[in-house]
Amino acid sequence: MATTTVPAQIEKLVGKGVRRREDPRLLTGTATYVDDIRIPGMHHACIVRSPHPAAIIRGVSTDAARNIPGVVAIFTGEDVKDVGPVPCGAQLPGLRVPDHRVLAQDRVYYVGHAVAVVVATDKYVARDAADAIEVEYDPIPSVGDPELAMKDDAPRVHPQYEDNVAFRYHQEGGDVLKAFADADVVVKQRIISQRLIPTAMETRGVVANYNKGEKSMTIHTSTQIPHLARTLIAGMLGVPENYLRIVAPEVGGGFGSKLNVYAEEALMGYVSMQLGKPVKWIESRRENCLTTIHGRGHVDHLEIAAKRDGTILALKIHILQDLGAYHQLLTPLIPTLSVLMIPGLYRFKNVQADITGVFTNCVPTDAYRGAGRPEATHAIEIMVDRLAAELNIDPAEIRIKNFVRPEEFPFPTATGLTYDSGDYEATLRKALGIVDYDALRREQAEARAQGKLMGIGICTYGEICAFGPSAATPAGGWESATVKVEPSGQVTVLTGTSPHGQGQETSFAQIAADELGVPIDNVVVLHGDTAVVQYGIGTFGSRNTAVGGAALYYALQEIKTKMKRYGEMLLDSGDVTLANGECVCKKTGKSVTVAEIAGAAYRAIKLPPGVDPGLVATRFWEPPNFAYPFGAHIAVTEVDKDTGEVSILRYVAVDDCGNLINPLLVNGQVHGGIVQGIGQALYEHAVYDESGQLLTGELMDYAVPRARMIPWLETSHTITPSPVNPLGVKGVGEAGTIGCSPALVNSVVDALRPVGVKHIDMPMTPQKIWNLLQAGGQA
Amino acid sequence: MKRTITITVNGSRHSAEVEPRLLLVHFLRDELGLTGTHIGCETSLCGACTVSLDGAAVKSCSLFAVQADGAEITTIEGLATNGKLHPIQEAFWNEHGLQCGFCTPGMVMTCKDLLDHNPVPSEQEIRHAIDGNLCRCTGYQHIVNAVKAASAAGGA
Repeated sequence: MATTTVPAQIEKLVGKGVRRREDPRLLTGTATYVDDIRIPGMHHACIVRSPHPAAIIRGVSTDAARNIPGVVAIFTGEDVKDVGPVPCGAQLPGLRVPDHRVLAQDRVYYVGHAVAVVVATDKYVARDAADAIEVEYDPIPSVGDPELAMKDDAPRVHPQYEDNVAFRYHQEGGDVLKAFADADVVVKQRIISQRLIPTAMETRGVVANYNKGEKSMTIHTSTQIPHLARTLIAGMLGVPENYLRIVAPEVGGGFGSKLNVYAEEALMGYVSMQLGKPVKWIESRRENCLTTIHGRGHVDHLEIAAKRDGTILALKIHILQDLGAYHQLLTPLIPTLSVLMIPGLYRFKNVQADITGVFTNCVPTDAYRGAGRPEATHAIEIMVDRLAAELNIDPAEIRIKNFVRPEEFPFPTATGLTYDSGDYEATLRKALGIVDYDALRREQAEARAQGKLMGIGICTYGEICAFGPSAATPAGGWESATVKVEPSGQVTVLTGTSPHGQGQETSFAQIAADELGVPIDNVVVLHGDTAVVQYGIGTFGSRNTAVGGAALYYALQEIKTKMKRYGEMLLDSGDVTLANGECVCKKTGKSVTVAEIAGAAYRAIKLPPGVDPGLVATRFWEPPNFAYPFGAHIAVTEVDKDTGEVSILRYVAVDDCGNLINPLLVNGQVHGGIVQGIGQALYEHAVYDESGQLLTGELMDYAVPRARMIPWLETSHTITPSPVNPLGVKGVGEAGTIGCSPALVNSVVDALRPVGVKHIDMPMTPQKIWNLLQAGGQA
Repeated sequence: MKRTITITVNGSRHSAEVEPRLLLVHFLRDELGLTGTHIGCETSLCGACTVSLDGAAVKSCSLFAVQADGAEITTIEGLATNGKLHPIQEAFWNEHGLQCGFCTPGMVMTCKDLLDHNPVPSEQEIRHAIDGNLCRCTGYQHIVNAVKAASAAGGA
């Protein structure tokens, strides 16, 4: 078996823009999303939902619905009392956690609250029957706005509590009182990060299939966290965890909205158990707008204190977080991430942060792309620009003056974090160079002289990524990977992450192929099935590669060590190298291939001393710290004086996410992130009226950016490897969203400075800007 | 009252008895098992369900199957021939024009319609053409690049 022929050097793939291995199935319509699953005998469910933000349920009349041919069963709140509550994963001192059942019991708390579920042999029939169910509601006063919900006479969302406050949180670092006393200037501003609807293109969906004989359940669900969902749904249903299999099949986008456990997942499990039939529920787009978690929902009050030379001394923030009617998995924790990141990239060590979490009669808020960090970045970056304007300092200059310096890493922040690595000034200077900042300012001066409203906006953002050390997360922050070199020598990777568009089937295969020296076509990456993959945490918080990829790296090292032991045995040598898919004896030059090693390991006629048969390695890797990507985004805008419309003339993003495993995929993440940021800055707003009626419950009313609304995006990178993980990566999934909205708001405020505008809240709609222009800049 | 319809899909003739209210997209997905055509909004706003009907891109969530009686339809499953991707599919692959893939079949069918009628579109013409197709992942830029690449390859 040993040969001395030298194989061609296998090309290294890490760092290359390898096109995705996921794509052929997605491009040919052969991928399987939840709604594509068909099981013989499968029933269809349709959910009856509340049209009222708050009401007492006086009765549910199901007779007419039951008489429709094809209707199999109808369940109401009374029926599902034994199903456990929808879980809240947050533990905060004094947190009020209202009982959140999978169907409403005696009252409803928000529009879209599930009241009953109809099961039929056909989805059209299920919908007919849902329409035939009559719910007698007694509407009661309700509140759809977080500031109104804080008023003394506000309707109480949950009658058992004396007010609508779910929790208060306080964190302080440094000596804020002294810093404010020492300040030459203090700037105050109220800043809103509005409610957003995540709008994954695939809505949620569940197929539950209970096997009565086995007492086992398989649930296919469009989720980012199959393993956590299994643990939690098993608890809700009373099914042993090892009898429950969760599969996240092809998932059509999540952006945090599927980082959750929803009532419908357990509800379909319950229905399938009751009927002994597979049952499918697919969320409509209207249901998605009404009942899948929303993002953001901040009203922030900020004060920034500085010296006259622009040195920032301290920051105070009060966050009013609109929680909605219930806590979903992470609802109360999202604003705590805003607190952690409120210092941004700056050196000041005095921070006072308070959160008031308030219930409203709205759908719960929770993680949406960025999850707390866009709010923080928006707040600090708006305040830095306000300060710069107040002190007549250039916004680039004031940032550079206050940046954490490269020699200060690891840098302990006022909020208790330790920033891993960075060169913030170099990244900003690169962005300034790309736009030719000085020339751009001259161009702006000329434009202003001609009466044009042209603005230049900078955002330098930092984000906390690679979630994260387990002690700092609600459910474990490690990640797992298994590498199996199969008897044929082909390689199967199992990752505990659950990618849904990010492309780790490709980037993880690049890593494995490079480490093992095998062709990438010999590597398969599997994920998202709890019956296939060892326990994992999932995909969120820009953690896939920085935590899951690191776990994979370490599993690969283990398997390489074992392969070398087999190589030594097969080559009868104590000194071998493993490279290019071969073990080579340094002395003789003789070699054995990965396939030959695998064959020997599984055949196991002879074993290296102390080495087991087989070639499988599993690593659960605990990250020692978060990783902290950063970047500089610059937006150049012009405002139309007559219509108030904003045009983005240029958009430049320089992101530093550490090493790039696959630059093509990184750019895809940055583009998508920026466009969601543009959406928040200019277009998107989940609008509730004062009572809690959602006025933007469809894509006709909720303005997801379309291709014509988006400018050409100029992206670039600096590379500062993270010391936290062996790949040196930091995470990039949320970067674009975090860096974007402040750059745009600062740009538009800059454009409108000649007419006296100091601040604009998002979304910066033409109507809002036109009104500002008419009012001479005063809101 | 069911009605009999005959529709040619990806070159195969299918006759079926359908309810008049059955949406074309449900006929394709549920009756014919062609699940590559997706449903993103049911209101014609997102374009995930776009198919080619007698040579024109249409949103199959907003047509009844009976309205397509006698028509020739191409879905995403009908684009590749003999296992070889259509040049537009190939371009989407090369240019990273997709991430989660849910909007992709509709997006590809819309881009095919564009290139069928305008083989060398400008960036603005591409953005105009795909304005009725929402993509939440890519930010559209790589899709624009893919259409340009397919155009350069003579892709329609």
